[in-house]
Amino acid sequence: MLDTSRRIATPEGIELTLRLAGPVPRGLAWAIDLLLRGVLLAIIALTAAALRQFGTGIILLSAFLIEWLYPAWFEATWGSTPGKRAFGLIVLNDDGTPLRWSASLTRNLLRAVDFLPAMYFAGFVTMVMNRDFKRLGDFAANTLVVYREEKLDTLAIPVAEPQAPGFALSIAEQRAIIDFAARSTGLTPERAEELAQIPRALIDGAPAGAAAARLVGVANHLLGRQ
Amino acid sequence: MKQIVFEQLHEAEWEAFERWLERDGKKSRNSQQAVPAVGLRDQEIPRAYRRICQLLALARDRQYSPDLIDRLNRIALRGHHMLYGARGGQSARVLSFLAVGFPRLVRVEWRLVAAAAALFAGPLLLLLAVLPLFPDFIHYFVDPAGLARFREVYDPANPRLGMRQSDDNVMMFAFYIWNNVKIGFQTFATGVLLGIGSIFYLLYNGSQIGAVAGHFSGAGFSEPFWSFVSGHSAMELSAIVLSGAAGLKLGSAVIAPGARSRKAALVQAARPAVRLMYGAAAMFLIAAFIEGFWSPLTAFPASVKYAVGCVMWAFVFAYFVFSGRGRAA
Repeated sequence: MLDTSRRIATPEGIELTLRLAGPVPRGLAWAIDLLLRGVLLAIIALTAAALRQFGTGIILLSAFLIEWLYPAWFEATWGSTPGKRAFGLIVLNDDGTPLRWSASLTRNLLRAVDFLPAMYFAGFVTMVMNRDFKRLGDFAANTLVVYREEKLDTLAIPVAEPQAPGFALSIAEQRAIIDFAARSTGLTPERAEELAQIPRALIDGAPAGAAAARLVGVANHLLGRQ
Repeated sequence: MKQIVFEQLHEAEWEAFERWLERDGKKSRNSQQAVPAVGLRDQEIPRAYRRICQLLALARDRQYSPDLIDRLNRIALRGHHMLYGARGGQSARVLSFLAVGFPRLVRVEWRLVAAAAALFAGPLLLLLAVLPLFPDFIHYFVDPAGLARFREVYDPANPRLGMRQSDDNVMMFAFYIWNNVKIGFQTFATGVLLGIGSIFYLLYNGSQIGAVAGHFSGAGFSEPFWSFVSGHSAMELSAIVLSGAAGLKLGSAVIAPGARSRKAALVQAARPAVRLMYGAAAMFLIAAFIEGFWSPLTAFPASVKYAVGCVMWAFVFAYFVFSGRGRAA
């Protein structure tokens, strides 16, 4: 339903779902990385300043390494830079496998062109013009930036006395009822009651103000609770 | 089967697999032999993973609640990463790449290398020929401050060529890496814009270098200038040309993708192009080392430094023409 999820087929014949990350979290992650890189370089600069000219050499060398290899190294070994990690993002190959050095270097070397003419304008324009939010570097390296799958708080379906619906429900209907029951705890009672009025046939006979409770009961029945 | 029953039936399996994922995510790479007291052993994982995949497919087909499907999807995805993300043995290939793969790749892409060389060497040689006759043309290429700096470092009285009295070898080495590799990366990356960026940087750097070389070939500066640049010129100029060739490889894939989509062609071209860049980056590194530590020396007469420069050029040509021909692919 959402157009920011991608399905990848695995050799086991199943499809795994990835959730794509858009320009905003990626931009913010980049800003965090920029800050971290700045701090890192400042620390090196303060330490190396004592070494005068030799220290300048060290600073330039570190500036080079930090600018070009910081993202590539993090993405090749950990899957994401600290900034991306902070936003729960991870870089994967198009087939959902973790990145290796060649893909990671490709997408990060091409930052030079995504940055043009200033502040990643080219990258942004490319990103919003394709359905996978890819910048030019992602195209060349065949990579995706997606949300790391974190353990989500499961929406527990409240336990209630199971109530059988008086007639057979289609699978889509069953699913709608279960989804409603899962979300009912997060809704105000008035709104839950209002939504519960929609499946007229199901709440027939339920006392006024107890339509939501009736649907939760049906959901319990559908889940197979005793 | 109702969802609850399904969950009760398989919960133990999922938890065991999740525990294994947690443990493997934390343990260091070297402690792979450690046998866990409880739970799945490493060799049982592929089977357990396939089982999870099957259950995910089943749960989707039976339209169980989104929570359950998300959870199974998450476990399966992490298992997928673990099983298919195996890495290692990459550093061992570096030497074989430099000895065999890189020169071979350059020969395979010889058309693009030749095109990049023409774009770079054309303006360079032209300006090298013209500037000695019209030294003032230099002002079209270099601003007065830059020119003053060049005059200082190539002053025949300077005991260390190419750098000011106050400069340090290590600092200059680092500066050359920072600056030259950046030029190389820019030349490469901007090639994805239909090759235009690469062409621009090749022409631009070619004319800059040609203009400076032509200007200083004139009165009094000729010997210090050429004895400074001769040593590292082979590595550095070839590396620029190869960066340009890698950029043109990207650009040509976008312009003429052949029987593939532009995206597929770009992905396919990016692989050899980035491999070319590995080699070019290594050459930039060697060039920066020579430029920082050998080229400034004045202890050797200019003739020795010219000879070293010629040997380097011969080496670079021989490397790209002959290296890696013997062994099978």
